[in-house]
Amino acid sequence: MLSTAASVAPVTAPQPTPLFPDPESERWVADLGAAGPAHDAAVARLHDLLLRAARFELRRRGAHVDLDDLAQQAAGDACVAILAKLQTYRGQSRFTTWAYKFALLEAAVKARRRAWVGREVPLDDDAGALLAHRGAGPDDDAETAELLRAVSDAIATVLTSHQRAVLVAITLQDVPIDVLAERLGTTRGALYKTLHDARRKLRAQLALQGLRLDSEGDAR
Amino acid sequence: MNEKTRNRLAGVLGPAAAEVSCEVCFDELDRFVELELAGADAEAAVPGMTAHLEGCPACAEDHAALRALLVASEG
Repeated sequence: MLSTAASVAPVTAPQPTPLFPDPESERWVADLGAAGPAHDAAVARLHDLLLRAARFELRRRGAHVDLDDLAQQAAGDACVAILAKLQTYRGQSRFTTWAYKFALLEAAVKARRRAWVGREVPLDDDAGALLAHRGAGPDDDAETAELLRAVSDAIATVLTSHQRAVLVAITLQDVPIDVLAERLGTTRGALYKTLHDARRKLRAQLALQGLRLDSEGDAR
Repeated sequence: MNEKTRNRLAGVLGPAAAEVSCEVCFDELDRFVELELAGADAEAAVPGMTAHLEGCPACAEDHAALRALLVASEG
């Protein structure tokens, strides 16, 4: 599982005392940082808030199977992550907005992984065939065909096998990055770094040939 | 170039502009979305965020989710 703790680099430097954006945010932090009944009550309120957020996201994504179970798991994991990272809240947004993102991340990761349970993650690196099949359309012109060939060749020649497998899985096979991270035993951040480096290599190789995909998406 | 090809190539090649990492994206996502919804220049506050959201489908989904939740909560 890609927990928030695993996907987000831990902040180890001392955190400045937050300047709260509103009294409610200050109250959240005070209550969660307190001991005894005030803390317990705040944690219960936080869990309810996170559960609503997780259900919202799962419904928004069209998840129907195991929705309540996934929402409960997401809220629970998000609550643990928030309590562990409470000192990193800098007051740069409302506390509830800061807290929501943990629940939404957990819900989305769980939904993506639920959708891929039992499915093989393809690590086929035949980018040329995939680009030909999933890229080119019937109304593409000669310049586009040239660009597609150049991208396929660059994927085959300038990337390491790991970069090629990651790039092809995520961008051509549409494997969610969290699912791939789980299967490869790594994190979203680490895989995205690999993807980022691979893309930079491809762009550099295309530039050597005078080719690029500009902001309008046209070749040259 | 047809739209399907353009989108596929854009996904393969990613954003040309400099971008933040997934970790920074998550750290800044709450501030970024609140600024966006307030009509402020969120990209100026978090340079490289927009490029990352173009390049990382998972972070883009997290961004869309937080926007949608805040809009629904405040609507």
